[in-house]
Amino acid sequence: MKNRSFLQKCLAAPHMVWTVLFIIAPLIFVAYYAFTDSEGAFTFDNILKATEADYMVIFFRSVSLALIATFICLVIAYPLAYSISRSKASSQKIMIMLVMLPMWMNFLIRTYSWMSILEDTGFINQLLMKIGLEPVHMINTSGAVVLGMVYNFLPYMILPIYSVMVKIDNRLVEAASDLGCNSFGVMTKVIFPLSASGVVSGITMVFVPSISTFYISQKLGGGNFDLIGDTIERQFQQAYNYNLGAAISLILMVLILICMAVMNRFSDEDGGGMIV
Amino acid sequence: MKTLSKLYTLLIFVFLYAPIAILVLFSFNSSNSTGVFTGFSLHWYEELFRDGATLAALKNTLILAVTSSVIATVIGTAAAVGIDRMKNQYIKGTLISATNIPMMNPDIVTGISMMLLFVFVGGLLKLDNNLSFATLLIAHITFNLPYVILSVLPKIKQLDPQLPEAAMDLGCTPMKAFFKVELPAILPGVLTGLIMAFTLSLDDFIISYFTIGSGFETLPIRIYSMTKKRVTPDMYALSTLIFIAILLLLILSNVTSARAEKKTKKK
Repeated sequence: MKNRSFLQKCLAAPHMVWTVLFIIAPLIFVAYYAFTDSEGAFTFDNILKATEADYMVIFFRSVSLALIATFICLVIAYPLAYSISRSKASSQKIMIMLVMLPMWMNFLIRTYSWMSILEDTGFINQLLMKIGLEPVHMINTSGAVVLGMVYNFLPYMILPIYSVMVKIDNRLVEAASDLGCNSFGVMTKVIFPLSASGVVSGITMVFVPSISTFYISQKLGGGNFDLIGDTIERQFQQAYNYNLGAAISLILMVLILICMAVMNRFSDEDGGGMIV
Repeated sequence: MKTLSKLYTLLIFVFLYAPIAILVLFSFNSSNSTGVFTGFSLHWYEELFRDGATLAALKNTLILAVTSSVIATVIGTAAAVGIDRMKNQYIKGTLISATNIPMMNPDIVTGISMMLLFVFVGGLLKLDNNLSFATLLIAHITFNLPYVILSVLPKIKQLDPQLPEAAMDLGCTPMKAFFKVELPAILPGVLTGLIMAFTLSLDDFIISYFTIGSGFETLPIRIYSMTKKRVTPDMYALSTLIFIAILLLLILSNVTSARAEKKTKKK
């Protein structure tokens, strides 16, 4: 028996070694590069540079565009997830498959395809001109960047909300309406609290890739709307200033941690409300 | 209300599939434009199969996805069993949180952190840049591991710990008990993890972009370098073929699982 438990302890060993070597160590290197100069001497210069006004504008823009995209995703996804979760089991399966299918196609190509839809001579504008309307300038605006985020990350909001909603016992809904709740009351008193956990994980899954994206802003923003992801990418792939890039990444991680902490506090309050 | 919600669902699906419809349409374009449709032709499909670099990238991507997902599944399944048996809650919790880091962190941070490690170690050992497959493989295994562990762990928790003990009492070696009793019981979780790891690896661009060296190109990386210039419709043709392949795979897996369900119901 002792032999077996020893064997079982060893099972996790390769993974532990792997985690230390390729998850923990790389993060230590990010901190190391962020606090050293190109010679390897300790310095605060990178962090100071990354908090200069130029970069603060970019941080602010990334946070606000990511928040807007996350909010739009939530508003679109919530009713959709609800309506899918209340439909027949067979059609639920098909609809969830249809939500997941675009995720398996290369997101670069899908984003590029949006370019040909939104361009000044693109699909929408060709359509507008055919019915005799003025063309609208859409590409290379912050709206286009948000649209790209919403488009790419919407499934990440739909799926977690759906997966908690489908588990809500229909008898709870019936009980609430039997006891005199109108459909608005059922929504706010039963469905919302029970689906909060899905909403929280959906928000995380949309917000994190939105705030750190770089391809979407390059293609749909035309380089006019640099995000944090763009500046990090540039430091590593063009400017080769790894130290500054690491400093910006470190700030990005801290920023996300703060956002998560704030959100968890909100969801805790929601959870507390549920018990009361 | 019913029709309204149906209309709404339809509208969202139009939004989700509009760019895909556009790229399927323009893959059949006779000119090289991705904005103006001039006429139907299969020209770009021919072009695609003549493009050796793209086909090589497709092959590389498949090799990488298969090796990284299989290795991640082996390490991850073993780790999940090991984690489940851990008595020290503190170590267990720390290990699980550390495992989840690549899932919580933005991909770009995971990518650059590994890049810094490889750059540093490469500089230390004076390696040249020819390690690209190895670095990519390490990176892909790393971001695949949490998904494998996360899908195997709940299956192990459902498993009755007395089952493998019974098997050993009846004369199984611990090894045999694992392969004959535990593994079949957790197999659905292992397969889910494997498939998830495979698709993630197949589709990954951001982490590959930072950890790839020279001399090895995956499909997403190739697509990225193509989209830096004006894309010709051969990339659309490739995406259309991939879309059809995934669609067929999904339909197939759904049909087989529906059949299996019917069979179990009949029993």
